[in-house]
Amino acid sequence: MSKIKIFDCTLRDGNHALKHQLTEDNIEDYCLAMDGSGVYTIMVGHGNGLGASSLQVGLALLDERTMLQTAKKNLERTKLGIYMIPGFGTIKDNLEPAIQDGVELFEIGCHCTEADTTREHIEYLCNRGLETYGVLMMYHMASPEKILEEAQKMQSYGAKGVILMDSAGASTPEMVQRVIALLVDNLHVQVGFHPHNNMGLAVGNAYTAVCEGATIIDGTLRGFGAGAGNCQLEDIVAVLEKTGKRTGIDLYKMLDASDQVMPDIMGTEFGQDSISIVSGQAGVFSAFKLHVLNAAKEFGVDPRDIFKELGKRKAVGGQEDMIVEVAEKLSSPMGSRNSNVNYQLESLL
Amino acid sequence: MNKIKVGIIGTGNIGTDILMKLKRSSILECGIFAGRNPDSKGIQLAKKMGVPTSTESIRAIEENPDCCEIVFDATSATVHKQNAPILRRLKKFAIDLTPAHVGKMCVPVLNLEDCLLLDNVNLITCGGQATIPIAKVISDVHPETKYIEIVATIASKSAGPGTRNNIDEFTQATRDALSEFTGIEHTKAIIVLNPAEPPITMHNTVYALIDNPNMDEIRRRVREMEAKIKKYVPGYSILLEPSYENGRVTTTLQVVGLGDYLPKYSGNLDIITCAAIEIAEYYAREKLLKRG
Repeated sequence: MSKIKIFDCTLRDGNHALKHQLTEDNIEDYCLAMDGSGVYTIMVGHGNGLGASSLQVGLALLDERTMLQTAKKNLERTKLGIYMIPGFGTIKDNLEPAIQDGVELFEIGCHCTEADTTREHIEYLCNRGLETYGVLMMYHMASPEKILEEAQKMQSYGAKGVILMDSAGASTPEMVQRVIALLVDNLHVQVGFHPHNNMGLAVGNAYTAVCEGATIIDGTLRGFGAGAGNCQLEDIVAVLEKTGKRTGIDLYKMLDASDQVMPDIMGTEFGQDSISIVSGQAGVFSAFKLHVLNAAKEFGVDPRDIFKELGKRKAVGGQEDMIVEVAEKLSSPMGSRNSNVNYQLESLL
Repeated sequence: MNKIKVGIIGTGNIGTDILMKLKRSSILECGIFAGRNPDSKGIQLAKKMGVPTSTESIRAIEENPDCCEIVFDATSATVHKQNAPILRRLKKFAIDLTPAHVGKMCVPVLNLEDCLLLDNVNLITCGGQATIPIAKVISDVHPETKYIEIVATIASKSAGPGTRNNIDEFTQATRDALSEFTGIEHTKAIIVLNPAEPPITMHNTVYALIDNPNMDEIRRRVREMEAKIKKYVPGYSILLEPSYENGRVTTTLQVVGLGDYLPKYSGNLDIITCAAIEIAEYYAREKLLKRG
């Protein structure tokens, strides 16, 4: 059985949980602690990737080149990686500078039905001999057959692998089983999975994906990330070790980093809560959470109702501007349901 | 009244929508509808309408230069870069609907008259056409605006292969145009495709970071701008008036299409094809006047 590659996106997805306020010290401490731990890549950036620092999804504290340069300085044995969604970032404004800054691994992502919007970027990178993976976000919103079709497009553009993101944490193990098995049977490139933990299944779903033949797991230390968080890498690495699957990870080194560096980085309360559970059930992009809480507060509506409505409207990543509209609509006299939850949330914020 | 002949290159969503809109024009008529794909729905439709068609793309115009005076190029950024010098040599007025940015960028409500003496005008992108006028209003009231950002969300079904293959140029061209028209250096453009069924209407948000904005003046000028744009894009409307919180001014607008080719959710087609027709009609009217 081939080695399972662990992609570490703590400094990318974790940035969501910090409203994109990662500091240079955070990045430096993390990279020093994790360099050479055996993770295949350490990915750094705004939560939504390169070019995503914006009023729409949140401004990052650091500009992206500072993030990349800081990480690069502190990584000797582990590849520096980035994520980018075309439509947010461009070749000229974001990929070219990232290449100059020494990024070695690229994930190019899009909503799961829009793979052809990644062609230009995947081809651009592959033509330069750079290691590039395609990412299909919110994979639960399309049938496994459609996902395969989109993954095959990414394969044809030259991607070295295709990673499915369960961006809403909406997966059950059966869903993971079906789609990963279908991709593994029909693609000749690697298949990866990036779970979220809204309904408490992130590690289980990652393990299911590996059992079905996925060879890349994309997750974070402590599961630190958008919404309820990600697949906790300490857990999945321990499970894989226990079941005899090779990861090449020094688990103690990873656990030490988790103990020594993560408390400083995380700072805030973090993890599953009633809001993220409903958001997972509704199948809404995990990173909407903070925006939904803000809008719920502003308009005096139940954030769970906002998530339900966003789910009905099939909002996709990047549509944060829809949240305010939904909240405003729900707050009109007809849709109003002024519950205790608002009060409880306000005390949390 | 005489009509001026136009050619359309590119038989995808945008080219076909222009073809449908020409039916309403009293001064433009389609002399050639040319693409590459003989199976394209647009070509079939044009044939039914009795419009001359070709699958030789720009060659059709090179071989029969008299078929048109104005050319709408609705191919792709890469193809338009090849077409532009040919159209110049043939002395055609080129209206470029790709994000190639060969000619001057034109938003009719802002700089139509500056563009008519040129031989190639570029329509930026649908997102640019929809949002730049609002950004311009804001930067006129507050030239000290620190940052402007736009988000354009369009239905997946209304983004054809040309748009998808050019998503990078699309994003970059929108951002570049935003800076050029507003004079503000720090800008950002975000493009989102949404595959929801039923498809969503084209939806745009303009954000601006300003200290102490004059909201009354901004609101008044945004309403004026909306009225001006409605004259050539009837489905253009402000959804949420400019509002101010946490240092940012937010304006949300949508574009409902006329439903000429694709259904009404495809306001992204109308905002750019209506602009193209507006430019062509203006140009044609001047030509006809000169001819007496």
